[in-house]
Amino acid sequence: MASTNYLEFENVSKHFGSIRAVDRVSLSIAKGEFFSLLGPSGCGKTTLLRILAGFENPNTGRVILNGRDITDLPPHQRRVNTIFQSYALFPHLTVRENIAFGLRIEKRLKKEIDTEVDRMLALVQMEDQAHKYPDILSGGQKQRVAIARALIKKPEVLLLDEPLAALDLKLRQRMLMELDLIHDEVGITFLYVTHDQGEAMSLSDHIAVMNLGIIEQIGTPAEIYEAPRSSFVAAFIGDTNFFEGKVTDIVGHEYSRLTIDGFPDVLCFNDKHISAGNPVFLSIRPEKFHISRDAPPNSNKRNIMRGLVEDVIYQGLLTKFWVRVQEYRLSIVQQHSRFLLDEKPIRWNEEVWISWHADDSFMLERYSESDEQLVSLPPENIGDVNGEAATPE
Amino acid sequence: MKNARSHLNELLVTLPSLLWLAIFFLIPTLIVLAIAFKPTDFYGGVGAGWTLETLRSLGNPNYPAIIWRTILLSIATTIICIVLAVPTGYYIARLGTRWRQIMLLLIIVPFWTSFLIRIYAWKVLLHPDGLIKKFLASLSIVDIHTSLLHNQWAVLLVMVYTFLPFAILPIYAAAEKFDYHLVEAARDLGARQWQGFYKVFLPGIRRGLLTAILVVFIPALGTYLIPDIMGGPDAEMIGNKIAQRVFVDRNLPHASALSALLTLAVFLPMVAVLFLQRKKDGSEPIIKESA
Ligand SMILES: Nc1ncnc2c1ncn2[C@@H]1O[C@H](COP(=O)(O)OP(=O)(O)O)[C@@H](O)[C@H]1O
Ligand SMILES: [Mg+2]
Repeated sequence: MASTNYLEFENVSKHFGSIRAVDRVSLSIAKGEFFSLLGPSGCGKTTLLRILAGFENPNTGRVILNGRDITDLPPHQRRVNTIFQSYALFPHLTVRENIAFGLRIEKRLKKEIDTEVDRMLALVQMEDQAHKYPDILSGGQKQRVAIARALIKKPEVLLLDEPLAALDLKLRQRMLMELDLIHDEVGITFLYVTHDQGEAMSLSDHIAVMNLGIIEQIGTPAEIYEAPRSSFVAAFIGDTNFFEGKVTDIVGHEYSRLTIDGFPDVLCFNDKHISAGNPVFLSIRPEKFHISRDAPPNSNKRNIMRGLVEDVIYQGLLTKFWVRVQEYRLSIVQQHSRFLLDEKPIRWNEEVWISWHADDSFMLERYSESDEQLVSLPPENIGDVNGEAATPE
Repeated sequence: MKNARSHLNELLVTLPSLLWLAIFFLIPTLIVLAIAFKPTDFYGGVGAGWTLETLRSLGNPNYPAIIWRTILLSIATTIICIVLAVPTGYYIARLGTRWRQIMLLLIIVPFWTSFLIRIYAWKVLLHPDGLIKKFLASLSIVDIHTSLLHNQWAVLLVMVYTFLPFAILPIYAAAEKFDYHLVEAARDLGARQWQGFYKVFLPGIRRGLLTAILVVFIPALGTYLIPDIMGGPDAEMIGNKIAQRVFVDRNLPHASALSALLTLAVFLPMVAVLFLQRKKDGSEPIIKESA
């Protein structure tokens, strides 16, 4: 039943003039799963959805749905339905008529349509609004109508193009939960497009991270967070501290020593077996550091060094530190496990010990095509996910 | 209480346009109507006193046919103009900015030449020695002896030519504001191309369509120069008769009576259309489109 290749993109490319909006994308999506396309704006997510919906013809490649090649089918013959970024509700039709649209086109019996529409209205809790016109609905209500209008067609895949982007934070969180519930209830495959890592992480079974038309990595949320395969993924998903260094020697079987300009030498897990002499990126997530006033117990797998606290931001659940170590400013996050009134918290301008386990950092080769951009762009252009990462000064 | 106040506000806001309508539309119309009940005087002006004589003379046996022809030609003109204008407006609205401006310019350019000259240009084209006639005859599409001029078809052709831009512009304006994602949404929900067009696009530009219909149909009913120049005796329209009564017979009351009849013929269908529109829209407010 849960075959992993219910929906397949095979080497799909789409060019607009010289822009490669989608570049040799291959994807495999299982039946019933919640699959997300995650990437910054302009990376080709919408284009890929439009290829699946039938609004764009790919320059190369095939799209296979449920064993059938649908690449050349017109939109109305595909059993996929879209929730558009702007909702695209028909302004001249009421909520009820909007939801009924897809079945009316099929010329279904009026009684049947009425039953189905009622069921959908109940599913999205819009029974009271059925006779209103879309322009007097709130953002969240429009959203629900759009969901009902698409789901009533019982699609094989439901496409959602940044459906929450237009909502405010509170509503977004609520709709996030509702989408999750609806997905569980209807059991249809969801292909969800977003530039918000939080949405993708909390909803998805699998995520494909896209950048510049390319799929950078496909994996579960945990895989993508804990084992990013490229520097782009590491920076885009969550915060991280980046270092540019070079492998100097191999330690034992799985570890390497790195030299980094303006930073002490570092021991790092090297499961990719990158050989000595190669330039690499080192990435350490802020929560992987341990920060303490007293020297941590020595261990041969731990990196231990001294640093100067330059800033402390208390946030209740956690505290953020900016700690200078030679030429780098590290972003460090510590969670509070207990609170003792007489404990003296670490303050600004204090000398502290920093340590982390070699297994908690990872090295990336420079194979991501977008690395160039990552390093040269000022942090605000990369977006807030990366805004706080350490940068050499 | 609050309701009464908002009604007052509404009245104040609409007062200027109401006054404008009253002074420049309602009062002149009423004057024209009034003249229809006046006698003529010896010098071709309007005499004193009141009479029903003019109304009785409307029983002229030629009039029903002429009025019928006027309405038919106007309806045909409107339909053809709309059928041509919808795809044109759609097409222009979907062009890039640069080509869109060029196309709009091309539509407006003919207005820089006098209307009369353009009609005479058509006369030259359709003339027995004209380009079109010769071309069609050489292909044996028309017989060399049939005239392309001085019949209803020539009148219809030039009427469509004249009114087409007035249909294109409001439809283009509506098509330009239309959100084409709606057509994609319809396609996504299983609609074929033509279904998306008539179930979503046409309702989406319905105000533009209504404007286009009124802007073509009303002046078409009052046309008199085009049948005068292009038509023959069997292509006369009510406008010709009104012009004749004014300029030839110097019978202002008779002209007024005909005008009143025409106004009525225009006004009644318009009220009917607006009424139906209002009824169908139900709760939908008229100013919805601007949102
Ligand atoms: N119809 C089009 N014509 C030209 N360029 C396009 C078109 N659609 C998308 N693009 C370009 O393709 C790239 C990917 O766009 P899109 O798929 O919308 O990205 P995303 O949805 O990830 O923000 C962008 O650079 C965009 O400018
Ligand atoms: Mg997009």
